[in-house]
Amino acid sequence: MKSLAELQALRDQMKANMGVRHDDTDNIRVVVGMATCGIAAGARPVLQAFTEEVSKRNLQNVTVAQTGCIGICQYEPVVEVYVPGKEKVTYVKMTADKVAKVVSDHLVNGNPVGEYTIGSMAK
Amino acid sequence: MQELSLNILDIAQNSVKAGAANIEITVAEDTAADRLTITIADDGCGMDEETVRRVTDPFYTTRTTRKVGLGVPFFKMAAEMTGGSFDIRSRVGEGTTVTAVFGLSHIDRMPLGDLAGTICLLMSCNQHIEVAYTRARDGESATVRTSDFTAVLGDLPLSTPQVMEFIEGYIRENTENWNGGT
Repeated sequence: MKSLAELQALRDQMKANMGVRHDDTDNIRVVVGMATCGIAAGARPVLQAFTEEVSKRNLQNVTVAQTGCIGICQYEPVVEVYVPGKEKVTYVKMTADKVAKVVSDHLVNGNPVGEYTIGSMAK
Repeated sequence: MQELSLNILDIAQNSVKAGAANIEITVAEDTAADRLTITIADDGCGMDEETVRRVTDPFYTTRTTRKVGLGVPFFKMAAEMTGGSFDIRSRVGEGTTVTAVFGLSHIDRMPLGDLAGTICLLMSCNQHIEVAYTRARDGESATVRTSDFTAVLGDLPLSTPQVMEFIEGYIRENTENWNGGT
């Protein structure tokens, strides 16, 4: 069974990495809509998948967060990606399966996944 | 909603919006009485009597962007269709308590779903709120709170993905150690 002592070890390990952590201007934000509409459409597994993938790849400059209703309920689950200095990218009808591609292509390599964005879905 | 945990997440988001400092979530199973009780209590801004009366109406919302507010009605429906009951109490300035009682073995009762993942998400995305989650079954119970983790982590955010992964596993192992599971 997991214990809080393990968390302590994890903290120390994370803190040791903090030195190489990019400053806030490099920080990429991934925001998932988590109102009734988003939750009902499956936003929770999407957010969990982002956290897992970011953790697996040990990305230090990515924050995963939640927000309320973004206002386009018919396209939920909606995920917004904010890369500093770039325009916001809105992904719609997200699923946990699509997350790995967004993380590798967009968050790591800087190329938004066009086919998942609102621009290509809303036609 | 396909899982009760999603309803819990949704109702708890209302507590977050209400500016709560504390949110207490209890999921209690009583097999002898064949009853499952879910309580979400907060110390947020609360609601006046008129609002409480209307909040279970799907066509009532405080938002101005659209005319529906489905979170609370969904949860109420989920409870009532299992022969259970739903209660919401609130006082302006004191907070709100939502209680839903379900028929535990009723065929229409939704599964609880990924409770550990839900609570983890709620905690890590709202680090400034003290979330206390209690899982109980027939007299046995276990509680996990935000401060259990923040006390160890110090200034390392709960939303650090690696930390979230740990917390989810911790909650799962420490609150779901009963046989079977629902």
